[in-house]
Amino acid sequence: MSEMFRDKIVIDLTVNGEAVQARVPAGQHAVDFLRQELGLTGAHASCEHGVCGACTIRIDGEAVRGCLTLAAQLDGSDIWTVEGLSDTDAIRDLQQAFIARNALQCGFCTPGMLMAVEELLSKGGVPDRAVIREHLSGNYCRCTGYEAIVDAVESVARARADEVTS
Amino acid sequence: MKASVGGYARATDLQHAITLLEAADGMARVLAGGQSLVAAMNMRLSTGDLLVDISRLSELRGVTDEGDTIRIGALTRHVDVEGNALVRDHAPLLADAVKVIAHAAIRNRGTIGGALALADPAAEFPACVLALGATLHVMGSDGERTIAVEDFFQGLFETELEPEEILTAISIPKAEMGERQVLQEVTRRSGDYALAGLCLVKRQGGHRVTMLSVGEQPELATDAMAKLDDGDIEGAIVSLRAEIDPPSDTKASAKYRRHIAGVLLRRAVDQVTGDAR
Repeated sequence: MSEMFRDKIVIDLTVNGEAVQARVPAGQHAVDFLRQELGLTGAHASCEHGVCGACTIRIDGEAVRGCLTLAAQLDGSDIWTVEGLSDTDAIRDLQQAFIARNALQCGFCTPGMLMAVEELLSKGGVPDRAVIREHLSGNYCRCTGYEAIVDAVESVARARADEVTS
Repeated sequence: MKASVGGYARATDLQHAITLLEAADGMARVLAGGQSLVAAMNMRLSTGDLLVDISRLSELRGVTDEGDTIRIGALTRHVDVEGNALVRDHAPLLADAVKVIAHAAIRNRGTIGGALALADPAAEFPACVLALGATLHVMGSDGERTIAVEDFFQGLFETELEPEEILTAISIPKAEMGERQVLQEVTRRSGDYALAGLCLVKRQGGHRVTMLSVGEQPELATDAMAKLDDGDIEGAIVSLRAEIDPPSDTKASAKYRRHIAGVLLRRAVDQVTGDAR
C-alpha cells in the first residue's frame, strides 16, 4: 500500500538549457530545489504561499509560482530561471532599463519581476500602463512604489516594438 | 514554513489515480495545479498527506462541445478557460471570472476542477458554476456519476465528493439567445480575494444569483432571484441583504459585506440592462 507513495522522487528535467537528474523529497517545492540542490539562488523563497511573486520562474514557457509547484512535478519540464535568462542575454535590455530607471532598490523582488515582465513582453506589442500594472499585481516590491518598474517595462516594450518595425 | 508530506505518487491514468486514492486509506490528497494545496501544505495547514498527482492526466484537460452543453475537463487551467472560444461563446461568465482570479502566474497553473473540489467560499468558480446550473462529473471505484451543482457544495471547503472520488469534468448549459451573465466583485487590490462578489445570470426562465465571500459556501439567493423575476430590483436588494449571513473578519465586517452585496446586485442589474454607471 504505502510503497505506492514515495518519500523521494527521481526527476529528469532541463534547467536553463542543461539536463538535470535529481532525487527530490516529496514535499520540496521547486524554488527550494533550485536554490538548495542546484545553487540557483535567483528565485527567492519568501512568502511561500503564492502572494509575493519573488519565486517566479518559467516552466515550459510560462511564468509560474516556484513556491506553489512541487519539485516532484517538474519531471520532464523545461525550467528557466533569471540566471539562465541573464547568461543568454535574453533580458539584457530589461535589466539595463531596471537599472536606468531605478526600478529596484534592495533587489529582492527583481528576479521575480523580471520573469513576470518577460512573459508579458514576450506576447509582443506595447502594453499600456494599466496592463503592465495588472500583470505585475502578483509581484510585490516594498522599495520602489512600482512607478519606476512600470516605466522600465514600458520603455523596453517601446524599444522592442521599434526594433520590430524598423 | 516547509511542507510536511506523507508521500507522493504520479497517476498515469484515471484508473491508476482511483487505485492510489483507495490505497491511501483516507490520507490521500488529489494534487492538480497545486495553487491552493501547495500553499496550504507550505503553511502546514495540511500535513502528512499522501499526494496523488493527477496533473499529467491529459484526458481531463480541454473543452468540448456536447450539443446543449459544453464540457470542461477538470484539469483545464484558468488561463485556458479564459482563452477558450467555446467558453467565451457559451459560458462567458467563466472567462470573465478568470480575469479576477489571483494573478497571471497562478492562472497559468491553477485548474477549474481544483478550484471546485476545494470549494473555497471566497473563490469565483464555485459561485459561477452554481449560477450557471452546472453538472459535475465524478469518477470513483464504482464508476462514473454526475452531481447537480446545487447538491455539490456542502459547507466550508466541503463537497459531495467521496475521499476515493475525483472530479473529472464540469458540464455547463450553453447560454440561450439573449442570456446575460455578469460577475461583479469588490477587492482592495487586484488579484486579492474579493471582500464580496456576485454572479447574476438572466435567462428566459428567470434570474439566478449567487455570491462569494459572504458565507460558508456559495448558495442561490432565491429570495432575491424571485424579486428580480418580478422586476422588483429594490426589493431584490433588500431580500439579498436579508438572506445572506456574511462573516466579519479582518478584511471586512458583516455589515459592510451586506452593504456591498446590495451595491453589487444593483451594479450587476445595471450591467445586464446596459445602464452601467
